[in-house]
Amino acid sequence: MNPNPEDRRPPLTPQLALRVAVAASVALALFAIVFFRLWFLQVLSGDQYLAQARGNPSRTIDVAAPRGEIVDRSGNVLVDSKPAIAVEISPADLPVPLQPMLMGHPPRRDTVLYNRLAHVLGMPTKRQKCPIDGYGVRRLSPIACAVAQGYAQLSYQDVTIKTDVSKDVQYYLAERQQQFPGVSVQTVWLRRYPLRTLAAQLFGTVGRITPVEVHEARYRGVSPNAVVGQSGLEWYYDRYLRGQDGAERVQVDALGHFTGDLSSRKPLPGHSLKLSLDVSLQRAGQLAVQNAINANPPAQAGAFVAMDPDNGEVYAMGSLPTFNPNIFANPAGVPASTYKQLNNASSNFPLINRAIMSAYPTGSTFKPITATAALESGAWSVGSVYDDTGQYCIDTQCRHNAGNASYGVLNLTEAIKVSSDVFFYNLGALTNANPDTHPNGGALQHWARLYGIGQKTGIDLGGETSGNLPSPRWRARVDREELRCERKHHVPSCGIADGRPWSVGDNVNLAVGQGDVQVTPLQLAVAYSAIANGGTVVRPHIGLEVDTPDGTVLQKIQPPAARHISIAPEYLDAIRTGLREAASQPGGTSADVMGDFSEPVYGKTGTAQRNGQADQSWYACYVPDTATSKPILVVVTVEQGGFGAAAAAPAARQILSQWFTGKMGPFKAGASKTL
Amino acid sequence: MSAVTRFQTADPVPEIRARPMFRFDPLLLIAALGLVTCSLVTLKGATRTTNPGHPLFYVERQAVYAAIGLAVALALASTDYTRLRKFKWPFYGMLIVLNIVVYGAPLVRGAHRWIPLPFFQFQSSEFGKILLVVSLAAFAVDLSRRLHERRTTARIMLLALVPALIVIPQPDLGTGMVYVAVGFAILFFAGTSWKQLTALVALFAISVTFVLVAAPAMGVHVLKPYQVQRLTGFLNPSHDPRNQTYNILESLIAIGSGEKTGRGVAHASQTNLHFLPENQTDFVFAVVGETYGFAGAALVLSLYALLIWRTLRILTMAKNLFGTLIAGGILAMLMFQVFVNVGMTIGIMPITGVPLPLMSYGGSSVLVTFIALGLLQSIHIQARVAASEKSRALVS
Repeated sequence: MNPNPEDRRPPLTPQLALRVAVAASVALALFAIVFFRLWFLQVLSGDQYLAQARGNPSRTIDVAAPRGEIVDRSGNVLVDSKPAIAVEISPADLPVPLQPMLMGHPPRRDTVLYNRLAHVLGMPTKRQKCPIDGYGVRRLSPIACAVAQGYAQLSYQDVTIKTDVSKDVQYYLAERQQQFPGVSVQTVWLRRYPLRTLAAQLFGTVGRITPVEVHEARYRGVSPNAVVGQSGLEWYYDRYLRGQDGAERVQVDALGHFTGDLSSRKPLPGHSLKLSLDVSLQRAGQLAVQNAINANPPAQAGAFVAMDPDNGEVYAMGSLPTFNPNIFANPAGVPASTYKQLNNASSNFPLINRAIMSAYPTGSTFKPITATAALESGAWSVGSVYDDTGQYCIDTQCRHNAGNASYGVLNLTEAIKVSSDVFFYNLGALTNANPDTHPNGGALQHWARLYGIGQKTGIDLGGETSGNLPSPRWRARVDREELRCERKHHVPSCGIADGRPWSVGDNVNLAVGQGDVQVTPLQLAVAYSAIANGGTVVRPHIGLEVDTPDGTVLQKIQPPAARHISIAPEYLDAIRTGLREAASQPGGTSADVMGDFSEPVYGKTGTAQRNGQADQSWYACYVPDTATSKPILVVVTVEQGGFGAAAAAPAARQILSQWFTGKMGPFKAGASKTL
Repeated sequence: MSAVTRFQTADPVPEIRARPMFRFDPLLLIAALGLVTCSLVTLKGATRTTNPGHPLFYVERQAVYAAIGLAVALALASTDYTRLRKFKWPFYGMLIVLNIVVYGAPLVRGAHRWIPLPFFQFQSSEFGKILLVVSLAAFAVDLSRRLHERRTTARIMLLALVPALIVIPQPDLGTGMVYVAVGFAILFFAGTSWKQLTALVALFAISVTFVLVAAPAMGVHVLKPYQVQRLTGFLNPSHDPRNQTYNILESLIAIGSGEKTGRGVAHASQTNLHFLPENQTDFVFAVVGETYGFAGAALVLSLYALLIWRTLRILTMAKNLFGTLIAGGILAMLMFQVFVNVGMTIGIMPITGVPLPLMSYGGSSVLVTFIALGLLQSIHIQARVAASEKSRALVS
């Protein structure tokens, strides 16, 4: 009958019948579930949903949460938020919704709205030049310009036209919603920095979330209109500070008038952040560095760090020149000219926190690290002496002490005290390793690395740089980069490196903190902390704890130390004695600055040579916990400040004086002219 | 001999049974036309303000798609579906190639889902559904003698999984899941052992857990975050109004506010003010619920019940295994889409962009559903023809 065998089968096998029955039962069950659910939704709870739907037309309004406060150790408010009334425009809700095509020529109905609003807000309507990202420069009225600029940045974000408008204006606009489509009056929180330029780079800035940030994991769940931390502590602790915006669904009648609340989710204010910062010390530090800058032309910039050498709590950290973060708090944005001026060489980049974002050669402040390496590797011993004749020669190339001084026969402690370069040149040569067998360098690099040179300290601020610790491997890498660059651009030199291989001269330079080594003031502070506390490489931090708005402690911030390095006690002793004598005994490099200070200061000057610039002045010092109940470590650096004893050391003394006596005392430069 | 006599006495009018009024299934056709009518009426209300210059834009286009679909279905119904068996490889190849080619098409709303044709946006994954049903049914028939083997089960499931994995990153998670459901249904009706079916279900459960829970915990994100959010968000819809699950909340408000008889076209504020997203496509059932209430929703569901009942009946009638399996695949495709889509709008299923067959606006979906219905009619007609030939053979 049928040629195909598979076509011949009984009409319905028992197996298939069973399965069809199963499928039918499943379908039946699903239909039953759907019917019951529909019955429940539509018949049993229909009124409730109808009431919600009657809330239509309704609108959902974001209610901004205030950012958490930043307070100092004793709870004094350093940064807070104040409510303000802001007039905003939602580009999508304008009479003619804004589109890319309309950017340069707003349609008439929108222009009418802009002018009406400008009249209410007392803003000019005259057209002026308006640079729009990606659309060139157009001529638009200030409001149209603000809307276009905001739209070009992030099309779905509301644009703030004016903040801090008066109550009258607020009521006027609220009552005439239908005359101002797309315009809303909202309570916003403005960040306030009452300390103004004090610790500005630490606190950092806030701003509208950027197009890039919106997609980042750390901002998941954040409203596209949110204000988030953009730098400094505001950025690092944003997760705790930002809080959670609320939302309100309000009922409005056909004319758009508010008629009642439907539902709301309360905003959760941000947590508050307690800092280890000491405001008076911060103020003293900034003043002291400013004094050092003023007294040592052509100096213009500098930085300082003051911290507890035992646990890494930062008491003060500053960078000069500085800025006023309040200008970033306005959601209407920073005027382009101001922003340009802040990011400019002529203003010396005040936004940069030089204590962690700038790295420099350290000069002689590096010597204790060299001393540790030489002693621990056995290249030198505590008792050995070296005759400093004033010059040190490798082959035919000779180097001299600063000012062509010669210090005669020295042991290691004395060499630190007088800061003999020749002595340390010798240690540099002795600790140099064969670059072929030790591409990462010898004992000097090993110990510098342990002290944290060339690595981020892990402080709770964004933008930290890791600096650079020169080693054969590093030199080989930059030489390769130079070669690649020269080949690519067909130029004789790119200025990245001079193309020569690692030589003993590199190590000799590193031993005295000159040449290619790049260290941030905070890295140096961490290294000296290890000397002060006996080998613990602390992880510095400014945050102490995160508290909920009602004051309960949410989280204590106590980052564990990065590592512990074991340095033999007698070596540590020799180095510490050298530092102590340098700051107190006649002939010590900073004795004339620190000699008469009430507390025992251990300090080392540094003067780093930089190409095409005046020398960089450094001073690193501490008063250890064996001598005082409130140990402190201070590092000061002044760009183009000259000798360490002339600029950085007197500033450090003023900071120490403030810490121990509550008064800064006079700025008194020292005479030592060592590097 | 006695059996034959009893048959003849118990059934005095065998000629009438052998010669029904229609060879095709009229109820199936009625269900389809009923749904198309519901779709047009609903779309007319929901989209009358969407395109101000042309209030009937969506209705007209949907009617044209349905008319073309009906014509294609008629043509298919009058041919013998058994001939399609030998095209299994071309069909399967087409399924794969089309869904790969679509990645070259321009992004539309963040997805590579449509191939632009002059009059029509061709949605390859939709057409893939029917191609998969026919080719997979043919493969299963080829392997029917070795169905008890684990290898056969694995091979057929793999044949369904490959296109599913091609479709999911388009991204079109919903269609990918339809493919898997079709594969499972074909195995189910072909007669794979319960043991192996249970194993498949367990495997599926494990992989879902892995994709949603275990992999993200280990930092591997198989699905895009919004997909995970949608899949799990229905468990707790009020958690974040204004985000993904906001859609569910608005959909519930729409359906609930329809009450028994609906709010009418003019007063359906959820629909008119676009609180309902995609109100002409994925959330069309919520529009029905709001505008026509429980009565309207129940009518639409009853039409689907009719459709599914007739499909099951045709499945049992089919003259050969190929027909049974095609009907089984189509059954799975229709049931899956209806319950996932309706379940989504009433808040008991996750949000996946699965269209409601014949109701959602969209040419590809309407056309594919009609092709499926045409195949079902062909199975029905061929069964009738075979039956009448058989009875004629018995009589002669």
